Amino acid sequence: MTAAARISPAIEADRLVKIYKGGTAVDGVSFALPAGSVTGLLGGNGAGKTTTIAMIMGLVMPTSGTVRVLGAEMPRQRYRVLERMNFESPYVEMPLRLTVRQNLTVFGKLYGVDGIDAQVARLAGELDLVALLDRPTGKLSAGQKTRVALAKALINSPEVLLLDEPTASLDPDTADWIRERLERYRAERGATILLASHNMAEVERLCDRVIIMKRGRIEDDGTPAALLARYGRSNLEEVFLDVARGRGEAAEADAEREAAQ
Amino acid sequence: MSLRTGEGSTGEWEISGRRIAALVERYWYLLRSSWPRLLDLVYWPAVQMLMWGFLQTYVSQTDGALARAGGTFIGAVLLWDILFRGQLGFSISFLEEMWSRNLANLMMSPLRPIEFVIALMIMSIVRLSIGLVPVTLLAIAFFGFNLWGLGLALAAFFVNLMLTAWAVGIFVSGILLRNGLGAENLAWTIMFLMLPLACVYYPVAVLPPWLQTIAWMLPPTYVFEGMRALMIDHVFRADLMAWALGLNLVLFAGGTIGFLALLKSARRQGSLLQTGE
Repeated sequence: MTAAARISPAIEADRLVKIYKGGTAVDGVSFALPAGSVTGLLGGNGAGKTTTIAMIMGLVMPTSGTVRVLGAEMPRQRYRVLERMNFESPYVEMPLRLTVRQNLTVFGKLYGVDGIDAQVARLAGELDLVALLDRPTGKLSAGQKTRVALAKALINSPEVLLLDEPTASLDPDTADWIRERLERYRAERGATILLASHNMAEVERLCDRVIIMKRGRIEDDGTPAALLARYGRSNLEEVFLDVARGRGEAAEADAEREAAQ
Repeated sequence: MSLRTGEGSTGEWEISGRRIAALVERYWYLLRSSWPRLLDLVYWPAVQMLMWGFLQTYVSQTDGALARAGGTFIGAVLLWDILFRGQLGFSISFLEEMWSRNLANLMMSPLRPIEFVIALMIMSIVRLSIGLVPVTLLAIAFFGFNLWGLGLALAAFFVNLMLTAWAVGIFVSGILLRNGLGAENLAWTIMFLMLPLACVYYPVAVLPPWLQTIAWMLPPTYVFEGMRALMIDHVFRADLMAWALGLNLVLFAGGTIGFLALLKSARRQGSLLQTGE
């Protein structure tokens, strides 16, 4: 790896804009995520998180601005890097009639994984899927399906992992179990993870940086500790509510007024 | 097997046999997991063939001209099924991805659009074979009509009909990508537009002159005219097949260009993530 490759960010968005017929979904978003970092994308419904992730994946074309993943401009140069990235989203499912083994094998082949049988067996062991491998995916519980989706997201040992609400609709125990696996994966692989979530505890636990979005714009950005200090709060949920209700702007305005006086 | 392009390219046109095989494997798993799906492939072509076969048997007993044209109805039904089932086989495999909400998984994977299309083309032949081979055997058993006896002519008919089926299937898939499942009905019905215009059951001369011009713009018209020439006059019209092939190449190129344009539009519109109605 060259020095330039080490320094250049794994994901870089520059003045990213997405305008749909119904309005602006993402409005001038810029950020750079270093390789090996875990970043949380926070925001209420309609904040632009999913659209931002979809543009990073190359599924949605930006109206303006650029997004680069591992140095490749998305979506134009996506085929240079798609084998090195993967994603999980509750809005996407895997064929329900296929067994877990069949699904993982097909995706392994699509991602060019060598030794696919061994990789499926390894992931099944790590994600507690061994007993489920030969069951149709459609017969699994929500928690089991999420574990299978995570196995699919890790099938190619991606350097960049995009997760859109990875623990949505899971019971606390299963959600905690998934978080533990993600922490382990990051530690072992040194992967760059971008995580969109509504779960503040999850973001606080997993992420070393948090980007808060509102109405398509970045409202705030920093480490969880820095955000807590900035808003004078004890947890990210309170910070999120402050941002969602505009208290962040009010607090900033107060601080500016005080400084001016 | 894989075909690679130069260093500076975006890799959009690289073709990997492994990825194509993976997708075909996925559809094969799906097909064999459900016996109603398999039965459905045979059921309707068999009903159609039997119905037209008995009708032809009855009419030929009462009309000398039609007796001379023995087998044309059954031949037309079987060739029509190649066209219709070929397109449906392509489109249904594509729809399976939308029904199972798997499309974004594929679009986010290294699978190229061209590989996706090739896999769908292979599956349309697989589905068609499962449906049509038993029906052609039934035609021999019930009416003594042997489609396979057409030999080289059948190969020419088949290639031309499949090219039309794929061109239409590719274009319909693009519309589905762009507009979601709201456009699903188009996949089931678009080919019926060809039924009266391509003159499946009657000669082109039956149509009014202005409609004949339109009919001759459709590649299947040449195939069905060629089939009648072979079965009634016992002449293989190579010129008709050449015209059909030429028009098919234009249609196939148009369908592919349309598909890529609609895929690009779907990326702009964000409909690859939202593939519902």
